Amino acid sequence: MNPRPEPAALLVTSAILLSALSLLSFLPATGSRAGAEGRVTPRAMADAVHAVIEADRTVYTRNIVNRLQIEEKLIEADEHWKDEKALPLPSQMLRMGSELVAEKDIGVTYALLSLWPINKQNGAKTQAEKAGLQYIADHPGKNYYTEEELGGTSYFTAVYPDKAVAEACVSCHNHHKDTPKRDFKLDDVMGGVVVRIALEP
Amino acid sequence: MSGHHQIEIACVVCHTEPYGGDAVLQSACVECHGEALKAAEDSHPKRLFTDPRNADRVAVVDARRCVACHREHRPGLTRAMGVTVADDHCFYCHAEIANERPSHRGFAPEGCASAGCHNYHDNRALYEDFLVKHLDEPETLPQALLPRRNWAWVEQKKQPVRALTLADRDAPQGLTVHPRVAEDWAYTGHARGGVNCTDCHAPKSSETAERVWRDRPDETACRECHRDEVEGFARGKHGMRRAQGLPPLRPADARQPMRAAAQEKTLGCVSCHKAHRFDTRHAAVEACLGCHDDAHSRAYRASPHGRLWEAELAGRDAPGSGVSCAACHMPREAHKREGLTVIRVQHNQNRDLRPNEKMVRSVCLNCHGLGFSLAALGSPRLVARNFAGRPPRHLRSLRMARARLIEANKR
Repeated sequence: MNPRPEPAALLVTSAILLSALSLLSFLPATGSRAGAEGRVTPRAMADAVHAVIEADRTVYTRNIVNRLQIEEKLIEADEHWKDEKALPLPSQMLRMGSELVAEKDIGVTYALLSLWPINKQNGAKTQAEKAGLQYIADHPGKNYYTEEELGGTSYFTAVYPDKAVAEACVSCHNHHKDTPKRDFKLDDVMGGVVVRIALEP
Repeated sequence: MSGHHQIEIACVVCHTEPYGGDAVLQSACVECHGEALKAAEDSHPKRLFTDPRNADRVAVVDARRCVACHREHRPGLTRAMGVTVADDHCFYCHAEIANERPSHRGFAPEGCASAGCHNYHDNRALYEDFLVKHLDEPETLPQALLPRRNWAWVEQKKQPVRALTLADRDAPQGLTVHPRVAEDWAYTGHARGGVNCTDCHAPKSSETAERVWRDRPDETACRECHRDEVEGFARGKHGMRRAQGLPPLRPADARQPMRAAAQEKTLGCVSCHKAHRFDTRHAAVEACLGCHDDAHSRAYRASPHGRLWEAELAGRDAPGSGVSCAACHMPREAHKREGLTVIRVQHNQNRDLRPNEKMVRSVCLNCHGLGFSLAALGSPRLVARNFAGRPPRHLRSLRMARARLIEANKR
């Protein structure tokens, strides 16, 4: 017959366990994204937004553009997709998404920018963009995080590397009339996705 | 703004709330002009300027608001297209253009939007790849025909109706109807389309079960079937007063030269279409010239387009080869509806009017090459002569596009 534990011993064990658990909750959460009191940090939010952008664009690039244009040869992807009755380019798909998000006016904006832009309006403009795009070009695999003030509002700004994931990216950019750089290679950092989260005053 | 002079008296059209502020005024602009801007794939949409990275530019010109560049109630400042900012406004954001594009060095800063190369909102006929695509087109295309209107045919396909005859007319007993009126109806489109007298004169109303006969129905009767046309009309200069609940436009109210005899006519559907017959050929030219009396209108009949129209009406040329006033000013548009392509007439005569290169894609390219079309529209003197003559010069933008194409091909 198993001896039943003494009630006192049970009480002590429970107290120790509870104390340990409560102590743990004060430790910085390394695996989880929760900050103090369970709030999501701006950095975690930017990472999450970027993860979704990147995933959606990858799905579009691989399963729609690459498959229908290159594998099935059914339809082209073209910058002037409406006039040419073609598919939007993956970068345009990203931009169109960012336009819809901007219209929602929820304090989150994102843009696809580059140190070697085809359209010069997509070049680095703010100090954070210049520093961030240079950083991700010089430090492969790393993101850049900072805060900046624009138009009287503070933003958490994150810059994520945007790499040439397909031969189509490289060949189009290298041959485009307006490109300032003609020697991109597969896997090169071609630019960055800049995500801005408006910070509460 | 001169474009609003007809409705300026109705303050509440824009000032929907007394102290509403910018947001209320902006929504007034968007309510009338938003759809056309979206269709034009606006090159400078509001969302460009709500992006925080452009906050410094917004501090100089708050281009999130239409009135930043199209200020109201300042006739002394207002120029073409209702613009009230200086012509070199592009420089606020594009000061680096000479460095970015060496081909633009030396260009006058006030020439960006007036030389026929760029437009702030609508660049659909001007973007470089479009120029390249249409670079070597002839002045007049071998098949120079306008798309044929086919709404009646499409409606018949969707729901066939029995054509009506004189014997079927259902005007109330005891009503005196001139025989000409009855015949005008019986031998034209409405009878063919199964539309009887009471369908326009005593339409069904959701408010009363009884159908009340009106001798002179207004556009609400037409709207039952011709909704797109009536709504288009209401958006343009002809119908915008009615759309805001004001009395209809008269030529006497217009700022364009109008015939003396037409001053007190009022504008509605039947003023151009003529009741019962609804002759679209009359609406396409005679109705216009019955009122409009400017140089371009006076020059029409003797112009190349006018002669083509005369030839088509006389049966000497193919249908669609003639160019009426409506052909250019009320373009035929293709709409996809339930798997069918419907060609309808845009009744907002203002939609593609200014800047006039907006007409290129909807009208000119049916018959002419792009370079020729842009050059012709870019010559105010040729426009005033209703295109009798040749464009003085081709646009430089085409030469520049060709030069870049050659350079790109060399690489």
